Amino acid sequence: MSLTLGHFLSLGAILFALSVVGIYLNRKNLIVLLMAIELMLLAVNMNFVAFAHYLGDLNGQIFVFFILTVAAAESAIGLAILVLLFRNKSSINVDELNSLKG
Amino acid sequence: MEFQTGFFYLFSAVLLFAAFRTVTARSPVHAVLYLMLAFSQAAAIWLLLKAEFLGITLVLVYLGAVMVLFLFVVMMLDINVEQMREGFWKNFPLAAIMGAGIGFELISVLWVGFPDMVVAPEVAQTAMHLADHNNTREIGKLMYSQYIGAVEIAAVILLVGMFAAIALTLRARKDSKAIDPSIQVKVRAADRLQVVSLPVTRPAQQPESQA
Repeated sequence: MSLTLGHFLSLGAILFALSVVGIYLNRKNLIVLLMAIELMLLAVNMNFVAFAHYLGDLNGQIFVFFILTVAAAESAIGLAILVLLFRNKSSINVDELNSLKG
Repeated sequence: MEFQTGFFYLFSAVLLFAAFRTVTARSPVHAVLYLMLAFSQAAAIWLLLKAEFLGITLVLVYLGAVMVLFLFVVMMLDINVEQMREGFWKNFPLAAIMGAGIGFELISVLWVGFPDMVVAPEVAQTAMHLADHNNTREIGKLMYSQYIGAVEIAAVILLVGMFAAIALTLRARKDSKAIDPSIQVKVRAADRLQVVSLPVTRPAQQPESQA
């Protein structure tokens, strides 16, 4: 049997669900939360690339390129905030981020 | 079974295993390494989907730059693993239920929506399915014509990201003896010299009894 669009979409769905599980499991660990978000973006990109292939439309791949750009900027700023946080609190526990009383 | 199908299942299995280990690994360094494995497998799957430029970009930019940045940060921080794992098993049942629910719902919708969609015959004559299709060139043509505005916005986003990362983490050295000229110029005489009015001291009077 040959590969259908459903195979790739299902792979993306399972990957997305796994990263949601990761966000639930590592609620205290900020760096693993960032990694789970990266995995989610990867799952979404997988769907874009799969649709681009099966519809023969390159615009989907362009969109993935921009998502990668934004994800790179996001992780750079996220890691900068993380380093700043660790410098001030000596911990990256999410529970200690209560200075704003949020 | 076509060889693409076999490769798809191989790459998918490794990808999902790596993703699972990323979110469950005890040590954050292991998590980053598994994340790198996951991204490399995703790049391979994108190559199967004839997205060569994006596959290579994912390896070069993501594995080469972003994941190494993650690795640097994780190795630089001294993370208390036991404290981070607190509540892991307490959250596990809820997480498993949520994950299974989300996965089941997405797959049921997507599989019913696109049950056996293969590349249509008329689509197979276009774009990336042509034998002499040059993926990088076609993406470049699209990006620098139709999407030129978006490319410029992306460039600005990256610039802002760079500024933000530097501005957040930059700090002056504590042991630096450099003097800021603007502070020197702004200094007033009153800051340096303080005139204290003291009463005039007189020589002590000779006691009478000694004479």
